[in-house]
Amino acid sequence: MTTRLLQAWNAEAFDADDVPVLPVDEFQQIVADTIAAGARVSSYSGRTDGQRTRVTAVLADDAQGRLGVLSCRVGASWPSLGAECPSIQAFEREIFEQFGVRPEGHPWLKPLRFEPPVNPNVDPWGRVARPTTIPGDYPFFRVEGEEVHEVAVGPVHAGVIEPGHFRFQCHGEHVFTLEIVLGYQHRGVEALLVGGPDRRTVTLLESVAGDTAVGNAIAHANGVEALAGFQIPARASVLRGVALELERLANHVGDLGMMAGDVGFLPTASSCGALRADFLNALAEICGNRFGRGLVVPGGTRFDLDADAASRLADKVQKAWERVEGATRLLFESPSVRNRFDGTGVVSRETCTELGLVGPAARACGVSRDVRRDHATGVFRFLHVPVVTGETGDVFARGWVRRLEAERSVEFVLRQLRALPGGPVRAPCPLPRPGRLVVSLTEGWRGELCHVVETDRDGSFLRYKLVDPSFHNWMGLALAMRGEQISDFPLCNKSFNLSYCGHDL
Amino acid sequence: MDGIPGILQFRLGFGRQTVAYPEGPARFPERFRGLPVLDAREGDGGRAGAAVCPTEAVRDPGGPGLAIDLGRCTFCGLCEEASPGAIRFTGDHRLAARAREGLAVNGSAPLLAAALDERARKLFGRSLRLRQVSAGGCNGCEAELNAAGNVQFDMSRFGVAFVASPRHADGIVVTGPVSVNMREALLKTWEAVPAPRLVIAVGACACSGGIFRDSPVQSNGMPGVPEIPVDLWVAGCPPHPITFIDGVLRLLGRV
Ligand code: SF4
Repeated sequence: MTTRLLQAWNAEAFDADDVPVLPVDEFQQIVADTIAAGARVSSYSGRTDGQRTRVTAVLADDAQGRLGVLSCRVGASWPSLGAECPSIQAFEREIFEQFGVRPEGHPWLKPLRFEPPVNPNVDPWGRVARPTTIPGDYPFFRVEGEEVHEVAVGPVHAGVIEPGHFRFQCHGEHVFTLEIVLGYQHRGVEALLVGGPDRRTVTLLESVAGDTAVGNAIAHANGVEALAGFQIPARASVLRGVALELERLANHVGDLGMMAGDVGFLPTASSCGALRADFLNALAEICGNRFGRGLVVPGGTRFDLDADAASRLADKVQKAWERVEGATRLLFESPSVRNRFDGTGVVSRETCTELGLVGPAARACGVSRDVRRDHATGVFRFLHVPVVTGETGDVFARGWVRRLEAERSVEFVLRQLRALPGGPVRAPCPLPRPGRLVVSLTEGWRGELCHVVETDRDGSFLRYKLVDPSFHNWMGLALAMRGEQISDFPLCNKSFNLSYCGHDL
Repeated sequence: MDGIPGILQFRLGFGRQTVAYPEGPARFPERFRGLPVLDAREGDGGRAGAAVCPTEAVRDPGGPGLAIDLGRCTFCGLCEEASPGAIRFTGDHRLAARAREGLAVNGSAPLLAAALDERARKLFGRSLRLRQVSAGGCNGCEAELNAAGNVQFDMSRFGVAFVASPRHADGIVVTGPVSVNMREALLKTWEAVPAPRLVIAVGACACSGGIFRDSPVQSNGMPGVPEIPVDLWVAGCPPHPITFIDGVLRLLGRV
């Protein structure tokens, strides 16, 4: 990485003033060059800075395990990097929607979440009143032609899932394009975090995505502990790792069950549905909540396990895993399942790199990236979890990567639970220091969770930027559907299983 | 064994998966936090607990009216840690009420939702089809509602199931604080359900806005959507699947 950007490790705090403020053209040149050289965008966000907008970019160099941070001040518009670097498109839309900075020449400049602008007096789109319905106010991409038809789904779907709108351009069963419109789940998380930390902070972060409560709580805790210059006790760090992997297990196993359900393979669908609960219940054994809420706090963990409880928990996890092995063997060995999984919803390696996909969706394309290895923190610095990759980038690969990852997670959890280090699980963590900035990454079960936290002169949060893995990955799903049968959409969708609320914030 | 015999053998190996509840006991992990019991005369009367509560759910701390509004409570247990004696969480999973204010608990009495009137019980008691609407939820409540239908909790045992279309439904289940961006879709879905229809608000967000309360881009839950009358309020963050099933069965007069 060039010397014009500040280099930092994951969860290493530094003075906010050390972040270079560059002229816009130089900033954009460095961003484009660094991406071309193999780095990817972890975060790219704005905040109000007087009359202008201060944009801060975080570029992750996975091979070196380094993060590059740089910023610029921009006025009402700037040239778009989106055509050159597709992974930046959504970020530029976000900055336009929030701060009105128009990316000139952006290939797809549409609302991202339909959130009100930070300055309520300037609507970036010049809308007079706030739109009441999202799809009605949206210029959809359309394919014209006599036999072309359009399919609209959502925001309320058939199943018990979150809201989003999907618009397909089809010819018969054949899908030309899929456009995904989100924003229905927007509840203003980032705005609520400003001015913290306060008594709401941890719960808010656990509610960014309820199925990733542990992941976000860890990313948050790592971040504020770094801002305070505080080291948690070893036992806490191991317990956090165990909880993170249990969360991954619950979700991966649940996803495999849902994918089985989508191809009508009921034995695995029903058993994985129940087995998922064993991992959720393991979290509840530790902290009383099936999603691990309330477990991770700055300073350590709120709950401990005694030796007996830890070994009982290990036994339960092992027993559940034996059943998962059986259930998933049936799934992947069944020819009718493989027929539906293989070659469906392919994302090429090139597309994956261009879009900056993360998590199992990226690893399924053969792109080896995992925060636990590349930017390790906590217990993962000492005990490595092998990274699993696939090759084919299809539904099969996304399922198979989950299956193998789950196995690695079980090995990790069992090993840790049977040899927990001694000592306390919590120590009082001081408040964040003023004028500091930290980038905290955690490998959640969907991929990289990125928290960029900056404190003001009093040590309160000036800006708390969250990037959910789904923010990168939704476009991957849209592209995976091109040229597919529309009837394969539920399966493709499930194979990504992205978060609406994590995207919408 | 391969093929169908192998699959059958695998399934038989699982045995019965479904929980014993309601005929037998509902089992929860030891640390599960259900209904809190309060005693204003003990300890600090809930003062320290109120100060740490993330959702301002503790009412009249230190006073005679010490209460917890379970419609706001995330069951994090911080108040119990801060105010031992005054606040103690039990494992009682029954956490639903017919009126929103009914979720404010102040002593140690159980919280049991009353049943519908006889006509409504006759209509819905044997078969209840529900359309779920997630309106700004974090997918926690949605995950537990999905779990309520899996082989473990199997609420279709009671004739209760989620359906795809509001036209096929007898009511809706709302989760989330009702984001501004979902408000209209929620109203339309509710209107599409033929009357008479039931409305069930699930989770702290739907009951009060939860941790998002007073954010300007949401409605503070169903109390902020007066167009839609609510028949059952279910507390939790998220409510355990058995808590949801128990609330529905009480509403239908079946437990
Ligand atoms: S358990 Fe409920 S009342 Fe107690 S602090 Fe947590 S949210 Fe507040």
